[in-house]
Amino acid sequence: MSQSYNRGLVEDFGRWKEFSAGMWAWIFHKFTGWVLIGYLFTHIAVLSTSIDGAQGKTTMVGGEELNVYTATLQGLEGLFLIRLLEVGLLAVAVFHILNGLRLLMVDLGVGLEAQDKSFYASLILTGAITVASVPTFLTGVTI
Amino acid sequence: MSTQQAEPESQEAPDDPAMNGAESPAADEQTGGGMVDDHAEKRAELEGETVHIKVFRYDPEVEGKQEPRFDDFHVPFEKGMTVLDAVMYARDEYDSSLTFRHSCRQAVCGSDAFFVNGKQRLGCKTQISDLEQPVRIEPLPHQEVVKDLVVDMDHFYDQMHTVEPYFQDEDTPATEDLEEQRQTPENREKIKMSSRCIWCGACMSSCNIAAGDNEYLGPAAINKAYKFAMDDREDEQIKEHRLRILEQEHGVWRCQTQFSCTEVCPKDIPLTEHIQELKREAVKKNLKFW
Repeated sequence: MSQSYNRGLVEDFGRWKEFSAGMWAWIFHKFTGWVLIGYLFTHIAVLSTSIDGAQGKTTMVGGEELNVYTATLQGLEGLFLIRLLEVGLLAVAVFHILNGLRLLMVDLGVGLEAQDKSFYASLILTGAITVASVPTFLTGVTI
Repeated sequence: MSTQQAEPESQEAPDDPAMNGAESPAADEQTGGGMVDDHAEKRAELEGETVHIKVFRYDPEVEGKQEPRFDDFHVPFEKGMTVLDAVMYARDEYDSSLTFRHSCRQAVCGSDAFFVNGKQRLGCKTQISDLEQPVRIEPLPHQEVVKDLVVDMDHFYDQMHTVEPYFQDEDTPATEDLEEQRQTPENREKIKMSSRCIWCGACMSSCNIAAGDNEYLGPAAINKAYKFAMDDREDEQIKEHRLRILEQEHGVWRCQTQFSCTEVCPKDIPLTEHIQELKREAVKKNLKFW
């Protein structure tokens, strides 16, 4: 099925406007999956400061002596960008979970004729949960 | 049909309204039930107009045609015109070298699957009035183009044959004992949709996975295997043999449920559903509780 010459973008990202629901679901699921894996590594980096923290290491933050772990977390949480990324992380995780449930149904052969609707439903639900989470994630942070 | 219609149009204008008038009641009777208002509106817009089609052209054997290009044709619209009708008109009236496969013109032979406006469709089953203009007509993607809209189907047929698409019996009884093998209505109902495949290759061409993995059986072949694996009349050992073919690395497990095949299938076969069911069968076969 190889092509002997370039026929332009065929079923490529260049034709994204023509993708159907199932294709978008697949792309988003892969994308969110990779983002979650990426997050796991940054998560480990932050968590690893708790080892130093448990050994009683401290650091000076604004003239105050704080446990290293506490200081790291408070430092990160004080950043607007980190709060924004947390909202994004929630959106990514929620979509991955919801679409994962959708894929579970697909694997079990339940409601395959409504697979596009369940994809849209997971998108809408993800959007709603993300918007609802904004006050929680973004309160008490200064830009 | 298309040639007869178009000629009088240019010669004598007054004849046209009368012809349309005489034609429409009969046509309405035929299609009345299935027609949606939206379609009727679009059709009315196009009445007496020409349809702009852009057709992919490529001929490796002719100097100057080796570089793929698009040719524009303006085909007089006619009620009920399909994509196939349009390219046939273009071939008959404008360029006899325009090449494409077609035979039955009624979605049975499966010869005229094209890539129309970015989607795999059967030319004879696609109303031109439902499409946005200019209508872009290309050969099926992910298959080598032989000429113009004709693609090489060998790989597709190879995959179809891999799943042994024929009824098998462990041991055929002696000639005098041969009898009709009946199927229960329930079982027939189960394989009904899978038996509708016309080997057009639209699903295989739409599949992202098949495009990147030449060994993947593809939706059509798996659907064909489903038809036989789910048929009660075959022995259990043969079903197992079929599942052994399907459960291999490039069998059912390549499917990533993108539903592209199901979207494009002109016969509305629930291909993804069938693939998923065979995945479950393959798992069940290998599950052992001891």
